[in-house]
Amino acid sequence: MIDFLSALMSPSMPFVRNALIAGLLSSVLFGVLGTVITVRRIGSLAGAISHAVLGGIGIAILLSSRNIVSLPPIAGALIFAIIAALIIAFVALKAKQREDTVINAIWAIGMSIGVVSMAKSPTYADPLSYLFGNILLIGSSDLILLAFLDVVILILLWKFYPQIEATSFDEEFARVRGINSQLVFILILIITAVAIVLLQTFVGIVMVIAMLTLPSGTAGFSAKNMLTMMGLATLYSAVFSAGGLVIGWQLDIPTGATVVLLSGAVFLAFSAVASRRRKKDDSRT
Amino acid sequence: MYMENTEHRTVVLKFDQVSFSYPGVDVLTSTSFHVHEGEFIALVGPNGAGKSTILRLILGLETPMGGSISLFDRSVEETRNRIGYVPQYAKYDFSFPISVFEVVRMGRLGTWQSRYSSEDRDQVMKALTLMDIDHLEKRPFNALSGGQRRRVLVARALAGKPSLLLMDEPTANMDAQSERNFYDALERIKGKVTVLIVTHDTSYVSVLTDRVLCAADKGCDGHIGKVVQHPLTIVEEGIGHMKKAKVLHEKELDHTCDALQEATDD
Repeated sequence: MIDFLSALMSPSMPFVRNALIAGLLSSVLFGVLGTVITVRRIGSLAGAISHAVLGGIGIAILLSSRNIVSLPPIAGALIFAIIAALIIAFVALKAKQREDTVINAIWAIGMSIGVVSMAKSPTYADPLSYLFGNILLIGSSDLILLAFLDVVILILLWKFYPQIEATSFDEEFARVRGINSQLVFILILIITAVAIVLLQTFVGIVMVIAMLTLPSGTAGFSAKNMLTMMGLATLYSAVFSAGGLVIGWQLDIPTGATVVLLSGAVFLAFSAVASRRRKKDDSRT
Repeated sequence: MYMENTEHRTVVLKFDQVSFSYPGVDVLTSTSFHVHEGEFIALVGPNGAGKSTILRLILGLETPMGGSISLFDRSVEETRNRIGYVPQYAKYDFSFPISVFEVVRMGRLGTWQSRYSSEDRDQVMKALTLMDIDHLEKRPFNALSGGQRRRVLVARALAGKPSLLLMDEPTANMDAQSERNFYDALERIKGKVTVLIVTHDTSYVSVLTDRVLCAADKGCDGHIGKVVQHPLTIVEEGIGHMKKAKVLHEKELDHTCDALQEATDD
């Protein structure tokens, strides 16, 4: 097997280059959205949406393979993700006491629908491939879509950063300042849902949820404000994606899972250092 | 303490026969009271008496089921941006990465504002100076003491140049020195801004207080869900190392709730 650098430069292996570019482009989404999800503590909501996506993929595969309706998996994923986001938003805003149950139900039911639909589909579809994805299968049209979503997210951030910051820090105060906090929350969930759908087709459901939480969680240990947390999380995400790709290639192991393991290891190392530092500070006082 | 005649001063906040209930629980029943411009009001009452609900109604976060609330002679929704609001800090997530300056800057935020201007920065610095915390400008909010955080939240409310400052339990769990610093800071704005402080301490209030309104509890027959005005005694010294004014309830006045003067009669 040739080494990663040679593969990256090789004209006969554009998929390696595409995988690296996809990793870097998705870092912007992971860094920005991941920070918003982390500071708002809505990781479980994003987890439920990303896993519900499997239901949409499964139904789209089933309907298409039985020639009932021709629906690409990504369309099914998008429909399920937005429905899941709207249900979660409604429950989170209107029926807080049932929030946990509903989120877990959406998570489990979505995945189960996906597994059952794929099992009943005449064409073979492996749920595991959607859970972990394969970054090496990314084409150039996918890269354009990713770049487009990056630009949309950055424009939204540029226009509405003060509102995102205020509603995340103190929702009630933001409402008093005339900001529709509930609408901001719903929009954040819908944008997250759309991003999850696009990202999971490249890197898989498990990696999406890991990368929406681990780089931003790692950045949270040293960031002084939300903007620097977004920047750091984007940087960490890029390093983890590229690092995971190189390690995965060199050791001939699945790249998606390698990226998750690398991100998880760094996050745990940062947690250990932060915890040690806290204990030292406490013993001094 | 409140000594002057308020009869001819402008009314900035008026509750007129306001009723409000949560499912199965009546919180306010035909409650009326008003606040004059520049007054320093303490709204006291035990837990569950409806104090925070009154704040939420003033802020337009809840809608009354009966009666009306006017703020600066208009509806709450129209004039809400003239309120500076200091919530209870206990709700904050202390892992949130944000500096003192950034928290106070939120007080300048407009609905569609994308950027903060140099005027915003000036007002933030003025509010920080007024609260005597300008030296903490760059510090992380989560690295401050409880008392400092409260002053940051007051500075955030003041940064928007409010006409009415609402504070929910601003000195809860604060040590005596922090409480003294806090009220020293409020003394600097007394008279310039109308202040309404909510507190569960029904016995003593700050000496800055002009009038005390009591959200009556069930122990006060005939005044459940009402807001009544209580008189204050002369200043007592040495309570918690700072001067405080004692609120005279019915037992101190040695007469029943019926004898209490309702704020509406004022």
